[in-house]
Amino acid sequence: MSSRRDTAERLRRLMATEGDAVAQNTRTVNQLSDYAIQGFDDYEDLRDAAREIKESAIEHLPELIDEVTEAVEANGGQVHVAQTAADANRIVESIMADREAEKLVKSKSMTTEEIDVNDHLEDEGYEVVETDLGEYVIQIADEAPSHLIGPAMHRTPEDIADLFNSEFDLAEDLSGDPNELTEFARERVGKHIREADVGMTGANFVVAESGTLMLVTNEGNARKTAVTPDTHVAVAGIEKLVPSLADLQPFTELIARTGTGQDITSYVSLLTPPVDSPIPDFEADEMRPADDRAFHLVLLDNGRMGMREDDDLRETLYCIRCGACSNACSNFQAVGGHGFGGETYTGGIGTGWEAGVHDLDSAGEMNDLCTGCSRCEPKCPVEIDIPWINTVVRDRINHQGEGDDFDFLVEGLTPDEEPAGLDLQKRLFGNVETLAKVGSLAPGLSNAVAGSRAGKWVLEQAFGVDPRRDLPEFADETLREWYGARGAQVSDPDRDVVLYPDVYTDYFDPDRGKAAVRVLEALGVRVHIPAVPESGRAPISQGMIDTARDQAEAVHGALVTHIDDGRDVVVIEPSDLAMFRRDYEHLLPERSAERLAENTYDVLEYAYGLLDNGADGDALDVPGDDGDAGVAYHSHCQQRTMDVDEYTESVLSDLGYSVRTSDVECCGMAGSFGYKSEYYEVSMDVGEHLHDDLGDIEERALVASGTSCQEQLDVLYEREVPHPVELIAPQ
Amino acid sequence: MSSESLSTFESSVPGPVHRTTAADADATLSEAIEEPAVGTALPYDEVSLADAVDTDPSPSALETAATGVTPAALGIADYGTVTIPSGAAGDELVSLYTPRHVAVVAASDIVPDMPTAYERLGEDFAAGMDTQILATGPSATADMGTLVQGVHGPSETHVVVLEDR
Repeated sequence: MSSRRDTAERLRRLMATEGDAVAQNTRTVNQLSDYAIQGFDDYEDLRDAAREIKESAIEHLPELIDEVTEAVEANGGQVHVAQTAADANRIVESIMADREAEKLVKSKSMTTEEIDVNDHLEDEGYEVVETDLGEYVIQIADEAPSHLIGPAMHRTPEDIADLFNSEFDLAEDLSGDPNELTEFARERVGKHIREADVGMTGANFVVAESGTLMLVTNEGNARKTAVTPDTHVAVAGIEKLVPSLADLQPFTELIARTGTGQDITSYVSLLTPPVDSPIPDFEADEMRPADDRAFHLVLLDNGRMGMREDDDLRETLYCIRCGACSNACSNFQAVGGHGFGGETYTGGIGTGWEAGVHDLDSAGEMNDLCTGCSRCEPKCPVEIDIPWINTVVRDRINHQGEGDDFDFLVEGLTPDEEPAGLDLQKRLFGNVETLAKVGSLAPGLSNAVAGSRAGKWVLEQAFGVDPRRDLPEFADETLREWYGARGAQVSDPDRDVVLYPDVYTDYFDPDRGKAAVRVLEALGVRVHIPAVPESGRAPISQGMIDTARDQAEAVHGALVTHIDDGRDVVVIEPSDLAMFRRDYEHLLPERSAERLAENTYDVLEYAYGLLDNGADGDALDVPGDDGDAGVAYHSHCQQRTMDVDEYTESVLSDLGYSVRTSDVECCGMAGSFGYKSEYYEVSMDVGEHLHDDLGDIEERALVASGTSCQEQLDVLYEREVPHPVELIAPQ
Repeated sequence: MSSESLSTFESSVPGPVHRTTAADADATLSEAIEEPAVGTALPYDEVSLADAVDTDPSPSALETAATGVTPAALGIADYGTVTIPSGAAGDELVSLYTPRHVAVVAASDIVPDMPTAYERLGEDFAAGMDTQILATGPSATADMGTLVQGVHGPSETHVVVLEDR
């Protein structure tokens, strides 16, 4: 694994060279995809259906392989099951030799990137030409694809023109006009297709009962590649199999909406090869009969059967490689797939693929760029829990770690369940609660040390905390100390709730906790603030699953008696709410997880519910003469994924505030991510985008729900950014 | 097919839609076709392609044609999609290699949505018509920095709807 400094340098370089093109392209497609999904009522139903089809197909994979083999052979084609990339390449090479072929044209296929078939064939003396224009560009540039479906999305038209101008001896240089570039590439590629002996495609899906391939494309190159040469070789991962033609319907309606933001692509080819089309022989200028067609389906295992047996990686096999998770990812938008990518695959789901078909090292290069913000999840057409896959892979990498000189020291200080070799930076951030407890014993001293040059030097050298960040400062009095002295101030409560004292609110920012207490009391609720452990968010974000599980069990133990007593649990910090509502399903027995999920609420979601049920909101602070009616609100990423951000907006609007919201997926801070020296600049790049998106908010109050969003916005706007509950708390 | 499906289809198709009847099909087709044209036989009663349309094109005729005309097995109203069955007559090549594709669809073959389309496709596939392209508008790419229409497939697509077929 490269050093933090090398990583920072590599990402800085990528942001400088490819960042602008990647940002523009991913954000545009992400927005188009939002529109396409919003306008499609069947989206959630079809995702459920798609998920079920994939789950069942992977479960029955061995039978489907037998079935498709029979179907393809009955159609007159051949099926080859390749255990490894090398097997697949040998099979393709022998097909080339048998057909006495010299030139192979290819349509876009990540699976063929996975096996590096181009390199293999070229080493054996064959000519290979990519026909997708993006792939054609990166083939000439000798680069890896930077995105699952937009392989050259990191390049601007001007870059591409420069590339073509230096590669080809042109009478007149190309200018960078996309129309001109497209025409130029089309002519070149078109000639190769007409001359080719073999056409190679991938497959988005393979129908076992009929041997039908589904190819989803816009350019038309896959159609030409499949039908023009007399020999068609399709290379597909075994996970592409579905039982029947009817199973393709949900995917036909989903894949473009999530992938490109179209309702449907220009072409969805349903080919049952060998096809009946005559073979155009451009050289002899005659049509040859379709009987001369040959078809080979190469089904690639290359680790997939192992993934199928792996309870945590199995979901990866449901992926239809639409790339939506990349476009929705703030970090991907900043660095692109050459940063957020492994040997072959890119983006959030890429980690699962790399770990499954390559190895943990390849997955490790990209894994930490997933902050678990979860914004990819609603965009995944097959409902894959992509953050969880990244967490599991991180946990496995942690357990692979080597020893370190500091281990004896830290091992004694930290209470976690993780191995001795764990990266110290992860151990620091994963054990934030212990640190907070120690630090708050003498808050003044801790703040002075952490803020001092010497303190920052130690934090950077030993733990990779970027010195350009200020760590949050300990409050003089914790929320629980304050509340213990103050006590409940509701005499005849309508309800009793537990206010969850998250580490940040309790130790660093008790003001937002006090505001939450005042709001709840104003709405007739009696508040209890018992001692409850850290939710496990801190360790889970570092891939410390065993530690997170211990925390989850302890939290459950601390809260369940309150829930038994009829108390709801109100949560200020969205990332902790996301633990209770979503992540605990991975950590606790099903019933325990459900119990917590059903009884925990975001603080303003709860306020909304109380107001909606007739609570008197007169005591809440409404916009007054002090000109605070205008509010800019950045909701927390995980809050959005849980669809609870809308309650904050509603409460504020109903009280008379005029609310402007941000559209960016994440603030860039994402818990500990923005503190890490290797990622500080990525974090700031993402933050700048949020700054641009919010625009001029000089006249508005700026509020944010998440701790780390507040910290990031503090820096970006150089002003204190409170939680929205502080805005409406009775004065 | 309901009249609702037809009007939805008409508004969803990205490109010109020509509504016509079997009796007026000749005139409508000649409007939609730019010569030289290649095509595959139309399976609708009392509708045929003009003699000027080459239905047995050589590869070079295919490459130089301005228009390709083929029947469509289905129209899918929600998406403005037509399905092009590709058989031995060469529909796939004719609809792919020419800069303009004219798809001819019977109004009775227009279905409202994708689930209904897949029911029909299931029947077609079982009957041996087991290669079809769901085509929606011209070929396109965004790989060169912005959306460009007309890449390896047609840059222009027309749909002719036979209202009485």
